[in-house]
Amino acid sequence: MTTMEAVWHLLLSGDAELWAIIALSLKVSLTAVALATLIGAPLGAALVLFRFPGRGLLIVISSSLMALPPVVVGLFVYLLLSRAGPLGSFGLLFTPQAMVVAQTILIIPIIIALTREAVEPVYRDYREFLLSVEAGPWMSLKTLLWDARFGVITAVLAGFGRAIAEVGAVIIVGGNIAGLTRVMTTTIALETSKGNLELALALGIILIALAFLVNAAMQAVAQIGRRYQVAR
Amino acid sequence: MTRLLMVLMLLAGSAFADPGRLVLASTTSTQNSGLYGHILPIFEEQSGVQVDVVAVGTGQALRIARNGDADLVLVHHRPSEDAFLASGDGFQRFDVMVNDFVLVGPHNDPASVRQALSVEDAMRRISRTASPFVSRGDDSGTHLRETELWASAGLSPQGEWYLDTGSGMGASLNVAASLDAYTLSDRGTWISFGNKGDLEVVFEGGEALLNPYGLILLDPQRFPHLNHKGAIRFAEWITSRDGQAAIASYQKDGIFLFCPVATLDLPERAAGECPARLSEK
Repeated sequence: MTTMEAVWHLLLSGDAELWAIIALSLKVSLTAVALATLIGAPLGAALVLFRFPGRGLLIVISSSLMALPPVVVGLFVYLLLSRAGPLGSFGLLFTPQAMVVAQTILIIPIIIALTREAVEPVYRDYREFLLSVEAGPWMSLKTLLWDARFGVITAVLAGFGRAIAEVGAVIIVGGNIAGLTRVMTTTIALETSKGNLELALALGIILIALAFLVNAAMQAVAQIGRRYQVAR
Repeated sequence: MTRLLMVLMLLAGSAFADPGRLVLASTTSTQNSGLYGHILPIFEEQSGVQVDVVAVGTGQALRIARNGDADLVLVHHRPSEDAFLASGDGFQRFDVMVNDFVLVGPHNDPASVRQALSVEDAMRRISRTASPFVSRGDDSGTHLRETELWASAGLSPQGEWYLDTGSGMGASLNVAASLDAYTLSDRGTWISFGNKGDLEVVFEGGEALLNPYGLILLDPQRFPHLNHKGAIRFAEWITSRDGQAAIASYQKDGIFLFCPVATLDLPERAAGECPARLSEK
């Protein structure tokens, strides 16, 4: 069976297990992206809006944390959530929640850094205006984020890409448990280790197609938004 | 940071239901061979207990259990298991099943391992000819056994031919297949492995290659939060006639992969078809 045949076979066979794995991948990574955006986007805008000592250092730190190795994040979250760790009593190790936490930590720096880059030029244009209307910090943050929203969408997409593609963190904190914490990337790793290379590659192609669909959907939303804006 | 994490987890938690379950820390060999996919649905139906398998190396499985993150372990390295029991982390151990290790290598067999008289002889042939050998190097049961085999052959392997992959059995078999190297594998993983390339079994049999699996319950006093009820239920089932029959009936490509050893009251099939080298035990 060639790889493409395997891809079609997997998709057309209506394999419930495969669809459950795809659904869990999306659920975990989209939840992580949503949480990371709620936390990271305001922080990224705040880094532009507020001047304070150590700001430059924070910018460098947030940018360099974009290179966080997933396996290190996985290990960190494992040690936190383990029964022997500080948050062990929650019993969250080897659950989808643990995977969401790990991916959220992994992509917050990406959202912060890219949001900051998107907000920076907007702030240059708006600075005088915000001062003149004496907008408070919350108002200013909201205005900046709203006007930089297309840049923020790019940040969100970059974060999603990182989350859906990583295997190092989720395999440590999720344990790759069939039917519970097994996602696309850990399935690919497992099938590769079983020597089922065609199947692993077919799953990889499906994963890329999935990322394509999510990206296309978000870009389409952005396009419609832009057109609406121009028409207005 | 901690508070942020707690908020994060509460938010994340609302998206998923609480699973309420039995976490079994086990080895890649049992998972990759497909055994759990065969026997666990039977147990889950009978007991209503959901078993979640975290498949890692034996060393890591015991570490996970030591941290209190698994409800029970099923592993295959007796010295490590005994140490785990002696330390007080483990509460009780059960013999569950046996299969065996095999030496696999390239078809043309440059080290003439097929002519070896014993597994020690086989290891010496590989070392003497400096033929590429892939080692798991990951503290797994298979890796620890390999280390013991080198030691009993009076060798400490080193050199460019000795390749330490630090990864699972399947990943190591992939490396061996692409480099035409020798490696030690459990028979279950080997038979179910899909990318054999030019590799085949070049040495098998003998007491030194037996691969017994043990199930260990954890100390209820040391780990009060664990699902001990479920763990005991599982231990009772897997060592019962039903559980042993489920293990005995698992086959891949017409080959039975595991031989149940927990009860003398063996199902007929198991008693008849356990390979001679296993039933000798």
